[in-house]
Amino acid sequence: MTALDATAAHPPGTPGEPLARFPRADGSRVPYGVFTSPQIYEREQERIFRGPVWSFLGLEAEIRQPGDFKSTFIGDTPVVMTRTEEGGLAAWVNRCAHRGAMVCRQLRGNAASHACVYHQWRYDLEGNLFGVPFLRGLGGQAGMPADFDRAANGLRKLRVGAYAGLVFATFSDQAPSLADYIGPVMGGYIDRIFHKPIEYLGCTRQYSNSNWKLYLENVKDPYHASLLHLFHTTFNIFRVGMKAHCVTDGQHGLHSIIMAIKADQAETSGAYEAQQIRSFDSGFVLEDDSILALIPEYEVLATNHIQPIFPQLVIQQIHNTLVARQLLPKGPDHFELVFHFFGYQDDTAELRKLRIKQANLVGPAGYISMEDTEATELVQQGVVRDAAASSVIDMALGAPDQSDTLITENLIRSFWVGYQALMAFDDVL
Amino acid sequence: MMSSDLSLRQELLALQDEYISTLDTDALELWPEMFVDDCLYEIIPKENFDLGLPAPVIWCDSKKMLRDRVVSLRHANIFQPAVYRHFVSGLSFQAAADGAVAMRSSYLVINTSQLGQSVVYQTGRYHDVVVRDGGRWRFRGKRAIYDTSRIQTALAVPI
Repeated sequence: MTALDATAAHPPGTPGEPLARFPRADGSRVPYGVFTSPQIYEREQERIFRGPVWSFLGLEAEIRQPGDFKSTFIGDTPVVMTRTEEGGLAAWVNRCAHRGAMVCRQLRGNAASHACVYHQWRYDLEGNLFGVPFLRGLGGQAGMPADFDRAANGLRKLRVGAYAGLVFATFSDQAPSLADYIGPVMGGYIDRIFHKPIEYLGCTRQYSNSNWKLYLENVKDPYHASLLHLFHTTFNIFRVGMKAHCVTDGQHGLHSIIMAIKADQAETSGAYEAQQIRSFDSGFVLEDDSILALIPEYEVLATNHIQPIFPQLVIQQIHNTLVARQLLPKGPDHFELVFHFFGYQDDTAELRKLRIKQANLVGPAGYISMEDTEATELVQQGVVRDAAASSVIDMALGAPDQSDTLITENLIRSFWVGYQALMAFDDVL
Repeated sequence: MMSSDLSLRQELLALQDEYISTLDTDALELWPEMFVDDCLYEIIPKENFDLGLPAPVIWCDSKKMLRDRVVSLRHANIFQPAVYRHFVSGLSFQAAADGAVAMRSSYLVINTSQLGQSVVYQTGRYHDVVVRDGGRWRFRGKRAIYDTSRIQTALAVPI
């Protein structure tokens, strides 16, 4: 056997071989094929997005009134979330039971029922079929068979749930309850942000030419923050007394949180003070540093709260700007982010204005975020032909319990361990 | 159209040309100077504008914030160099009693990557308010209300 034969003999993904081989079980070596393989993407749609997880759809505040709806996705399956006539929540696959056309054609709106334009099959807000034109035929001509059962031909309904105003759905009967899926540790951090009624302020959308999991790695990676995002260092914004807090859910390891906490809360207790800003020798200075104000709103005063709830949600508090980011895969090498901005219903005018001003920090044009999609795209471009090669994710490998540092890749490793369990790559096709 | 309207129209068209030329030639340091000190510059998706919702991608309420953005782009932020070409059309305008002029136009921005691919990066509408300030027209308000709701990769350079 020549060297050429040896490398070509058993590549991952050929029949009888697993789709991916993780060289180590601890998540510290990730084969790049997971970012490029169409077969792995297909398996993710089945085992993750239609598997025993809860996917974030949107905010209850987006659909307040009976009949309000929003079109979105679970994985790449189009779904709709609606407010029912009784004020409850429903979600269904946006695919007509008749011939498969998308029923709901609007991003958002209000409707008493939803009809497919193709043949006018009509569904109620919960997805039950109630109208079929010419059900009994016309003028003596045959209609649908006499035993056609409308109740058996509704839209594909999903289990739907809400936690603190966040709406999730799942395809799976095997998924635990939503509260159990989120878990007590992550639930506590969600409660921190969603401790009082919120108001939806609109969304922005960003599209990246890279794999969706590269973004999850990014929001579980405090190590890159001060290295890739040079905004603070360039403007000599010296962040005094910051404490880090990086933990996982303590269950499957797929959820996590990164917090950067003000150690000395007294420093900023005089509300609306910018962070300690000190000019060093030759640096640049922000002319208007109000963008970095931090009005204390929570018991724990953090400048950053970045909390991915696998697979489709990242809760973000950066200073006083609040966002529920929805992460949507769009094929192996594309994803979309939808940034749902919100405030609290009792915001003062001053606080609301600050939330809008601090939108400049985050999202596609954000001072401390615009580099993220650049970085994930660089990975996508770099790994294109090296599916079997692996990343090296070793930072703080020897300190799995160390949660008070930003110089760690523990959360990323934990994610990949949970991902491998869901994907079961050893079950060969 | 009265001749005074025609002459105002010429001035507004010249202002628009100067604006897009400033961005398209990477003369970013001149860009804040086209605004009054107490200005509002905003890039917001049409999706939010239509619903009366405020979430923007860029929102600056002073010339200082505009200068900060330029300094950040030059020295702090990392992004693929954008080569924008703006195309503006369909100008309409309305003069107010206080001498300000509200003007609206459509815009198209083509972005060309380092690899040489030119794509429609953004289309939208400008909603502007311009005033005479220091002997010239400047923007008191400029809102870029964009249709292209999916921003490709990132938005570093202003629209």
